[in-house]
Amino acid sequence: MEKARGYVHTFGEDVNTDVILPGKYLNVTDPDELASHCMESLDPEFPAKVSKGDVIVAGKNFGCGSSREHAPLAILYAGISCVVADSFARIFYRNALNIGLPVLESPAAAAAIAAGDEVEVDFDSGEIRDLTSGETFASAPIPPFMQEILADGGLIAHVRKQRA
Amino acid sequence: MGMTMSQKILADHAGLASVKAGDLIMAKLDIVMGNDITVPLAVPEYEKLGTDGVFDPEKVVIVLDHFVPNKDIKAAENAKVCRELARKNGIRHFYDVGQMGIEHALLPEKGIVAPGECIIGGDSHTCTYGALGAFSTGVGSTDLAVGMGTGENWFKVPAAKKFVITGKPGKWICGKDVMLHIIGQIGVDGVLYESMEFTGDGLRYLSMDDRFTIANMAIEAGAKNAVFPVDEKTTAYLEEHCRKPYKVYEADEDAEYEAVITVDLSALRPVVAFPHLPSNTKTVDEAAGLKLDQVYIGSCTNGRMEDMAMAARILEGRKVAEGLRVIVVPATQAIYLECLEKGYIKTFIEAGAIVSTPTCGACLGGYMGILAEGERCLATTNRNFVGRMGHVKSEVYLTSPAVAAASAVTGVITDPETL
Repeated sequence: MEKARGYVHTFGEDVNTDVILPGKYLNVTDPDELASHCMESLDPEFPAKVSKGDVIVAGKNFGCGSSREHAPLAILYAGISCVVADSFARIFYRNALNIGLPVLESPAAAAAIAAGDEVEVDFDSGEIRDLTSGETFASAPIPPFMQEILADGGLIAHVRKQRA
Repeated sequence: MGMTMSQKILADHAGLASVKAGDLIMAKLDIVMGNDITVPLAVPEYEKLGTDGVFDPEKVVIVLDHFVPNKDIKAAENAKVCRELARKNGIRHFYDVGQMGIEHALLPEKGIVAPGECIIGGDSHTCTYGALGAFSTGVGSTDLAVGMGTGENWFKVPAAKKFVITGKPGKWICGKDVMLHIIGQIGVDGVLYESMEFTGDGLRYLSMDDRFTIANMAIEAGAKNAVFPVDEKTTAYLEEHCRKPYKVYEADEDAEYEAVITVDLSALRPVVAFPHLPSNTKTVDEAAGLKLDQVYIGSCTNGRMEDMAMAARILEGRKVAEGLRVIVVPATQAIYLECLEKGYIKTFIEAGAIVSTPTCGACLGGYMGILAEGERCLATTNRNFVGRMGHVKSEVYLTSPAVAAASAVTGVITDPETL
């Protein structure tokens, strides 16, 4: 997989799917419209601040709460290339990989990387380089089975390939 | 090494003699459920799969419950997408306005879910059915699409924590207090990726409605699923509701648990979770006196018959406090009808509350009770995140139907014992 490179937006602990994409927008299915409301409850300006390829860095239990896939879709279509967190809630983790949004667990990176830093993420090695501070962090590698899903472009493409 | 109850169900559905925590398996699904929020997002993905219809029209369940009766044009279009999918595939368990109820109350009531089954649902509270001794977990729309099309999906076998329930609960203590207490102790990621397996002689004091409430909120502690053993209470419930054959699983004697946590029901006080996390719990004694703008009694967590009975018992012959809005939402048509027959609806209306048709409605900030800036709601729901029921500067406090009903009378958070 190609490396991701972009500027960092930081968030705290227990960022739930209600703040990533509020329930009042769950009648929306257009991903670009979902992206325009991404993180609205925490920072209404967030979609305007993101440049394509930027990275979210957050604390523990990112994506807790509802199973709404609207949340990772909003993040992906807002232009975020990767989410790095101390840990992820399990349904969010699964949904993100299923739709092709890479997510990496790295408590060290989550603790050290500052907002605005430029980072480079190597998905094959799981290495996260903070180009601003010069520090490098390891992350728990994405399990091979899930890397296959990502490489195939998401779960649907993966299942189609398996069934072909 | 032995297996947990959840692991045994997963192993059987993967055709394996044994599994251990961390294994990646493909498991066959007994029930795949979606709603008017998650199915519309799943349909384009499902169509890309190119399967010849859904894997089994008897095993795919669609419930319109979140934004129906349609709250706006977009919700109406989404409901239409669900209706068309159901019609095209001959889906028998399709519940539209008139038959629908809140999915996690409706599926057990209709006997669609049974012990020992492997169930996924496009809704995080699908973990509710673990109360019946099933492996049941919430997924997103892409997993839902794969489940609908193929009848199987991949799972990482979870480790587990064991919760031993002991003691006899006090008069006003119900399943909600048990689960809020646990989440307050272990935190919103206390069982991240894990199963919660309940056991202990205190379970005999927990009704099926209590167990549905407890299993329902397992996701609020980060769990993959929760399971209860199948006992006399379960079989009595199944005799009334379920015609399906089922298989009963028990954890092995030597099953490995990451931790064993004991909960003494006799020591519990009614619990209130403060904004903005379900783990931010206090006892009703610490919370008492906080002024409220709205009380909401309903949801997949606490909209069942016992919840309605508890609220009616407290509101009978009393009046809702001046300046307070009280919204009661029976979770299914059958519950609504029983409330009517028992006189509860009359009790609620005479007290000054309103009674709504079943809907997920305001619990997730949809409609039918949205909060303005600065408003405070005491709710029997499951989440009190920032902006959950409306404005980002509104507040949601989570509690039991007993505390909610008592507080409806006084207008401030109130211990029902003090009424």
